Amino acid sequence: MKLFFAFIRKEFWHVLRDTRSLIILLGLPVMMMLLFGFALSNEVKNSNIGILDLSHDESTIQLANRFDQSRYFSVIKKLTRESEIGEAFRKNELRMVAIFPPNFQDNLSHNKQTQIRFIGDATDPNTSNIMINYASAIIRDYQNEILGEQKLLYRIELESSMLYNPKLSSAFNFVPGVMTLILMLLGAMMTSVSIVKEKEKGTMEILLVSPMRPIMVVITKAIPYLLLCFVDVLLILLLAYTVLDMPMRGNIALLLAESILFIFTTLSLGLLISNLVNTQQVAMFISLVGLLMPALIFSGFMFPLENMPLPMQIISNLIPTKWFYSIVSTIMVKGLGIEYIWKQTLILVGMTIFYLTIALKKFKIRLE
Amino acid sequence: MLSQETVIKTHNLTKTFGDFIAVNAITFEVKAGEIFGFLGANGAGKTTAMRILCGLLSPTSGEASVAGYDVYKENESIKKHIGYMSQKFSLFENLTVKENIEFFGGIYGLSRKEIKEKGNDLIHRLGMEKEAEKLVGSLPLGWKQKISFSTAILHQPKIVFLDEPTGGVDPITRRQFWDMIYEATDSGITVFVTTHYMDEAEYCNRVSIMVDGTISALDTPNNLKHQFETDSMEGVFLKLARQAKRGE
Repeated sequence: MKLFFAFIRKEFWHVLRDTRSLIILLGLPVMMMLLFGFALSNEVKNSNIGILDLSHDESTIQLANRFDQSRYFSVIKKLTRESEIGEAFRKNELRMVAIFPPNFQDNLSHNKQTQIRFIGDATDPNTSNIMINYASAIIRDYQNEILGEQKLLYRIELESSMLYNPKLSSAFNFVPGVMTLILMLLGAMMTSVSIVKEKEKGTMEILLVSPMRPIMVVITKAIPYLLLCFVDVLLILLLAYTVLDMPMRGNIALLLAESILFIFTTLSLGLLISNLVNTQQVAMFISLVGLLMPALIFSGFMFPLENMPLPMQIISNLIPTKWFYSIVSTIMVKGLGIEYIWKQTLILVGMTIFYLTIALKKFKIRLE
Repeated sequence: MLSQETVIKTHNLTKTFGDFIAVNAITFEVKAGEIFGFLGANGAGKTTAMRILCGLLSPTSGEASVAGYDVYKENESIKKHIGYMSQKFSLFENLTVKENIEFFGGIYGLSRKEIKEKGNDLIHRLGMEKEAEKLVGSLPLGWKQKISFSTAILHQPKIVFLDEPTGGVDPITRRQFWDMIYEATDSGITVFVTTHYMDEAEYCNRVSIMVDGTISALDTPNNLKHQFETDSMEGVFLKLARQAKRGE
């Protein structure tokens, strides 16, 4: 046991003294949270739009103002001719243009019918779709107001509610995502790099001739990273709660327990990598390209898995991040308990055992 | 000084990797308190043999025991009674001298008190009081090697294995290093050392020379020189190494 602590203490010295790895371990999660929280957002906010108002009457001015006042748009350009639209899009000045035809109010009050046309820049199809939806909602509100108390013969009232995330805050999506990615990256990369570093420098041999059992040598190397990754989880949750107003709806103890399980998964992946390669560069490369890329693509955090072709959906089942992401968002956002995530939990347990078994087996073979 | 107790004993010890016979039926004995030189060209099989004796590798066939323990079954026990220092670096560069001593003392099961006493003593003997709190990475190579050797014998092992301990070190430091080796043998530690420096081979009590996985010669330096009719160990080594068929 004394041996055990001597090893762990040494490993802590290593980590704490290496500014570079310390920055990665503690700086990266903070940076990613702040980046996703404030800079990288897929919410539409104050998008630049243009208005081509061909009637310029009371109604169209009112509508244009409503667009400008909404938090989604800001009207930065009043166009006068249809030919200007193409030019504005080409220069990338506008993301969307609203066109009011001539005699808008006349048509509205006498003919009871008029038209508005939206043109969106669909180079980014998602954003453009969202913008047109918001714009239509503004028009619908306006229409309901002028309809007022008038009774229509038939009327379908639309009422939609966004469950779990009524404000459509993107934090609900990226906090679980960032947590998953950070743990995957740090757990696997830092562990594998630190073990391979000892191989590269030749100090591994010294550790192996010591009375410490080889397997314990490796395990003691992973323990400091277990603790540091756990600190990262706390850090991310704290930032989510204080800075990003993300609620914690589920049981925090359950979330922390699941996080520890996932850290074990990533650490065993790290051990596995460290047994397969001999240089730090390769270890880092495998962690980044071999783990982070699939983790990103298949977690469901950035790209919806249901829309992927079947073979990719099948592959996604093999990637541990998918399951952890689902666990975190189920607990944090939906506030549900273990009865809804026991399947994901079991899968992660299975994966961990699988990786660990291969890693330890390989480790023995290498020694023989 | 030399006792009759045998601390390393091998009989037809063999290690193969696939078709390649790295170590081919070597047989020798090392007595307690001896400085045993283990020579050979690069690729002759020295490192493999040494790894087997340290309990890092399992032999393919043959017998060997170190400090009375069998290399097949009791390699964990062997590890408790040996010290090891390699040409590749044996200390942690981003730990201080003191922390390295604490770590190695710790993994060899010394108590906190022992580590403190022995550590202070060691630092004092090396005259490194000023450097004790410095990171090992900032020290010159010669110093590192001395500290490395001192930590390898901190726990008073029966045998210490030195794998080219003086590679790249200047002649004065090498001389001092060998003084430390003599001190260690005086306190009863057996030294098993590989080297490429032939003047160092002269310092050994007995020398074995490996060629292509087998031991081609084993005797005291004087007897070897006599046997091969030359006046230096270098002469002996060259005569034997020329027979080698294996490349590097």
